[in-house]
Amino acid sequence: MKKKNRLPALAMAGPVSVWMILFVTIPMFFIIFISFMSRGIFGDVVYDPSMESYLTLLDSTYFNVISKSLKVAAFTTLACLGLGYPFAYYIAKRPKDQAAKYITLIMIPFWTNTLMRLNSWLLLFQTSGPVNNFLQNSGITDAPVRFVYTDELVALGMVTSMLPFAVLPMYSSIEKLNKSLLEASADLGADARTTFQKITLPLTFPGIFSAIILVFIPSLGVYTVPDMLGGGKVLYIGNIIKNQFGMIRNWPLGAALSCLLIAITGLLIFLYTRFTSIEEMEVV
Amino acid sequence: MSDSIVSLQGVFKKFGRNTVVRDMNLEILEGEFLTLLGPSGCGKTTTLRMIAGFEETSAGTITVQGESVENKEPYQRDVNTVFQNYALFPHMTVFNNVAYGLTIRKVPKAEIASRVADMIDLVQLKGYEDRKPDELSGGQKQRVAIARALINNPKVLLLDEPLGALDLKLRKQMQVELKRLQKRLGITFVYVTHDQEEALTMSDRIAVMREGVVDQLGTPSDIYDYPRTRFVAGFIGESNLFEGTVEQIQERVMTVRTEAGSLLVQGEGFAVDERIHVSIRPEYVEFAKEPVEGFDIQGRIKDFIYMGTVVKTAVDLKSGQEIKYSRFEQDQSVQSGDIVYLSWKPSRAVAIKRGTEVEERYEEEK
Repeated sequence: MKKKNRLPALAMAGPVSVWMILFVTIPMFFIIFISFMSRGIFGDVVYDPSMESYLTLLDSTYFNVISKSLKVAAFTTLACLGLGYPFAYYIAKRPKDQAAKYITLIMIPFWTNTLMRLNSWLLLFQTSGPVNNFLQNSGITDAPVRFVYTDELVALGMVTSMLPFAVLPMYSSIEKLNKSLLEASADLGADARTTFQKITLPLTFPGIFSAIILVFIPSLGVYTVPDMLGGGKVLYIGNIIKNQFGMIRNWPLGAALSCLLIAITGLLIFLYTRFTSIEEMEVV
Repeated sequence: MSDSIVSLQGVFKKFGRNTVVRDMNLEILEGEFLTLLGPSGCGKTTTLRMIAGFEETSAGTITVQGESVENKEPYQRDVNTVFQNYALFPHMTVFNNVAYGLTIRKVPKAEIASRVADMIDLVQLKGYEDRKPDELSGGQKQRVAIARALINNPKVLLLDEPLGALDLKLRKQMQVELKRLQKRLGITFVYVTHDQEEALTMSDRIAVMREGVVDQLGTPSDIYDYPRTRFVAGFIGESNLFEGTVEQIQERVMTVRTEAGSLLVQGEGFAVDERIHVSIRPEYVEFAKEPVEGFDIQGRIKDFIYMGTVVKTAVDLKSGQEIKYSRFEQDQSVQSGDIVYLSWKPSRAVAIKRGTEVEERYEEEK
């Protein structure tokens, strides 16, 4: 029998595998390892096994932060789906060249630096900023409205920065949907609404689920948006983790929080693979 | 005579500046198998889609059972479609695909189960109820598509090149099955195809379309034996075509002078000096070593083409034209290079008026 030549496979997949093992897998195990250690007096990591960090997470302060983070991430995800699906549907039904223009428009925010974008938001929304000026001058409000450093502005910022991640996967699965399936459904007696429920929605579900994953997971862990628009006063998992590794220097607690995020992410990805089989994704 | 079930009156379809269907008038009779036949781009699929409701007419009316369907959405029309690429719902089992029409209409579950079972029986797919479309062969998918369309008991079933994706053997088998099914159910079938053999095999009547116009409507034998236009003569089966001028007419037999020589053809309604086309099928062409009276078509045998059931002989005429005739067996009395005189029974040839041709019509309009 001919001996298999493994060289091409190694050459193609090898570098990335080594890269990922060195810079993702090993650090991840290290984080899991640290999460079971203790914090020294000077903020160092003491290699003394303990469950303390995980027990701290059960403390109501952290519990509240976690549940609030989940809520904001869920809100962001729902808002992105609600806004993104109709938009994705609309552009998927445009001629190809038009759709490409819309996609470019959606991508433009990525061309600007996140920090710059968020800073400009602060300027726009601050007490003496253009938005408040407009509201007062047009008589909609009497006194300046406080926008900055609120949960609402954080949520708004999250939706804005996450929307493209929701639109793109949904667009691609709606665009792939065979038009004759919709005609077949209409032909067999289904009105537009029924066709949407029975054909369009189930067949674009892989795209919707990708959107959920792509929006929910980063929204849970993101710290730039809450840090800037929330002024660091509004606490989420993301900026707490950042603080544990930074200012506060409680690495084991930060690691435990990270592990919690990894667990939530893992659960979602598990659900994703359960609900969308490969064949379904290819057929649509 | 049966009544008309679908009627198209003065139907036009334009896509932008492009007229795809032009002043179409067609009465589809109850219970018949009518085929829209033509090359791609002739407007046959567009016509079908207008009947189904997927395309709006630009002008004219379509009625189904005497009622205009102009303001009816596809889901409100009593017609069902079998799509070109089946269009089965990939996320549903065979059972749910077939049941779809009934589920939408909120038919009771028990009734759905029994009607779906009957339908699956009818298309011989018993045992495949729980499969997904992916797990079926092309022929099986086709059966599911037919069952799914028939379960609503449509008055008219529209079929858009349903056998196009199948291999030849399966296609032949499905042609026979479809025809039997149609006879048994008594449903009107409107069938779109570009395959003339398929059309001849299955149809009660054929509408041969070209550039958005019906060139000829008739039974398969009408269309094969008496093509009304040069296009129909060339598109349905094989034809040898001549163009010439009528020199004299004697008891319906005309002598026609062509570039290849003079020939005889039987026909009515023609005048001396009129330019006409003459079509003769390869199986009716006779050959001899001596000239035949009335004919003056001489040629040199080029080669013999073995086709399985027949042998075709290609003959080069002095006009440069190539003529084919076919026999069940190769005639050993002639060889390639031999000079032969071609002739036929005048009643076997068809005289075609000029000006019945679509392009010629347009030229006249201009």
